[in-house]
Amino acid sequence: MIQLNNRRETYDEGMTVSSLIKKKRYTHPMLIVRVNGQFIEEEMYAETPINDGDDVKIIHPIAGG
Amino acid sequence: MTQHISPERIQEIKAARQVLKTYKYSPAAVDKGYTNKTLYINISDNTIAEKEITEEIKDKFIGGKGFGLWYLWNAVNKDTKWNDPENEIVISPGPIGGITQYPGAGKSLVVSLSPTTDSVVDSNVGGHFGPLLKFSGWDVLELQGKSEEEIIIYINGNEGAISIEKAPLEELNSHILAEELTALYADDEEDKRNISVVSSGAAAEHAMIGLLNFSFYDKRRGGQRLKQAGRGGIGTVFRHKKVKAIVIKYKGVRGDSNHPADLKKIQELGVKLHKEIHDYDDIQTRKRQVGTANLVEIMNDYDLLPVNNFKYGYNPETWRISSDILKTYVTQNVPDGCWYGCSLACAKACDNFELKTGPYKGHKVLVDGAEYETVAGVGSCCGIFDMDYVFECNFYCDTYGLDTISWGTTVAFLMECYENDIINKDITGGLELVFGNRDAAMELLHQVAKGEGFGKYAGLGVKKLKKRFVAEYGADKDFLEAIGMECKGMEYSQYMSKESLAQQGGYALTNKGPQHDEAWVIFTDMVNNLIPTFEDKAEALHYFPMFRTWFGLQGLCKLPWNDIEPADNKQTDEPAKVPEHVQNYVELYNSVTGKNIDKEELIRQSERVYNFQRVFALKLGFGTREFDKPPYRSLGPATKEEYFSRQDRYDQQLKEKMGIDPEGKSVEEKIALHRQYREQQFEELTDAVYKRRGWTKSGVPTIEHLQALGMDYPEVIELVKPYQ
Ligand code: SF4
Repeated sequence: MIQLNNRRETYDEGMTVSSLIKKKRYTHPMLIVRVNGQFIEEEMYAETPINDGDDVKIIHPIAGG
Repeated sequence: MTQHISPERIQEIKAARQVLKTYKYSPAAVDKGYTNKTLYINISDNTIAEKEITEEIKDKFIGGKGFGLWYLWNAVNKDTKWNDPENEIVISPGPIGGITQYPGAGKSLVVSLSPTTDSVVDSNVGGHFGPLLKFSGWDVLELQGKSEEEIIIYINGNEGAISIEKAPLEELNSHILAEELTALYADDEEDKRNISVVSSGAAAEHAMIGLLNFSFYDKRRGGQRLKQAGRGGIGTVFRHKKVKAIVIKYKGVRGDSNHPADLKKIQELGVKLHKEIHDYDDIQTRKRQVGTANLVEIMNDYDLLPVNNFKYGYNPETWRISSDILKTYVTQNVPDGCWYGCSLACAKACDNFELKTGPYKGHKVLVDGAEYETVAGVGSCCGIFDMDYVFECNFYCDTYGLDTISWGTTVAFLMECYENDIINKDITGGLELVFGNRDAAMELLHQVAKGEGFGKYAGLGVKKLKKRFVAEYGADKDFLEAIGMECKGMEYSQYMSKESLAQQGGYALTNKGPQHDEAWVIFTDMVNNLIPTFEDKAEALHYFPMFRTWFGLQGLCKLPWNDIEPADNKQTDEPAKVPEHVQNYVELYNSVTGKNIDKEELIRQSERVYNFQRVFALKLGFGTREFDKPPYRSLGPATKEEYFSRQDRYDQQLKEKMGIDPEGKSVEEKIALHRQYREQQFEELTDAVYKRRGWTKSGVPTIEHLQALGMDYPEVIELVKPYQ
């Protein structure tokens, strides 16, 4: 299990920021990602692993519409 | 090709005109965003008069919607109805409105008593009318009365001349009427850009959801662009007053026409934002490429796009109405702004769209849009995934003067009623109004414009249709109350709120009705989970409605606030607020008016007007808790098919949120359990929001709160006293 935006989320073997974004269908173009509090640049999504138990925040910074 | 009006036709129109009243005035100079003058026109007796705007009114109501509410408050009493001559249509741009250096500064706010909510309503709109009105010497146009005959009102801001004229021959529908009047009043081609027309259309005469079009001339396309004040049926009021159009002409818009206190500062703020837009729009929301329609696929991906009358949030066919498809319709591939200097330029259009139906079949026309709300409203919400249809419907709604949001939500409601045998072919005059039937939906729209067949009723809007179906066809009232997507009489705008408690409040705990321009907090709540407690949600439902109200006081567009963001916004404490842009607005206001507010005072400016609007609703017999009750479908699954479509989610919620094992329970039982839980949550949210806003449990501002805001006018206090 990991924490995603303070909710429980299943951990998958080999998970990265990219694969999590894909799994959750987070297609919004402006995401703010933090893994265990550390800000992750977009270029690093594919290379940043997520480990079991990690605290992940994927924030959509929009109050739009 | 757009409509081109022959000189003979113009002569014919002119010859039939009869001047009823003329008025000369000395246009007041604009000083720091204000002219300090209101133009009052009463078309019952053709009175034209000027009113002074005092410093106190400016301090309390700021401008735009604030001025509209103040004048309307003074014009009506508790018994006034939308179709009484006393009702007004008040148009005002606001002090920042009309600047050209900072994107998004050309909006007008329109205020009136609404035929759909029967309460006070406001609607914001682009187009050039508001700024030209101000530069013609008027902060406000206050229109009262009811004419016996079809009229137009013409304001020439350079000459200081106003006339009211009988106008029997002009076309009613806006795409032709705006062309006719622009051609009639322009000295030459170049002069057309100095004219803006406010008009409605034929359908607004047979519907409660009529809109107003505000035009501007698009030189590149050689035709009229139409921007809509859509919400709340103000076009219906306009046509009821027998006004065909209000035309303004003002030549000489310059960068300093608004006479701001500090133009240089405004230029600096503008340059900074233009650069952000230039650098980041293509990788952020692509407003310059596709307008607001990029939301279609995003909402679909997040299960938030209304499908089949808000039953579902997703459909695999959505790609057919996505922004990639829209892009193939939008022509000239250049940024389009709705007022000078808006480099965010989301105002897309399609030239030479060939119509396939209706009175203009075969004509090649200019279609403004399509915007997200329209694509979702007339498209997915009605189960229609066809971009040709969306554009055709968008065009006809605009020219006929019908709000695409309300029309989409109403047709979707009718379709669900049809599929549930509440209405049938005998009632619809043979129209098979099932989800996805675009031909039937289009025919119904034409019938509304003609006032024929089922079209006599279809434009009444969801609230009045519910009543009618219960009274005349014995429909199940509870079912209609659950699925009819309206609150306070206004149809929902196009976002699914079932899985976001905060957005349920963002829609229902509003002043005018479920239009997302007050609060849009779905992502912050549902996806980001940043406002988990009732208090957190209440804080968001205090801050965002107040912040967004401020745009309506100033004549500003909301999009340049958060549809473009500075590169480092991501690392700020509150990225959803876009703190750097909030500071821009504080400085923009100060630079225009010469005042010195901070971001807290910005919120207080809105709070004054927001609370006043709440008390205004109270004055008219609304504005209390029972009117904030949403239809159940906006809170949760109302029918079996909705439950089954997301059974895993809902079963899991039973276990995790309610501690109930769904095993062995029928779907009816599970729906009932969800309903009980979700309605209870909504009540708790309501308590928290009212408390945060300084309101009593019945949803009325407390006397202390009004006193603290300086809005303790005797009549206001009298109204709220019984609820303390
Ligand atoms: S962002 Fe779009 S709607 Fe807003 S002012 Fe600019 S062009 Fe007009």
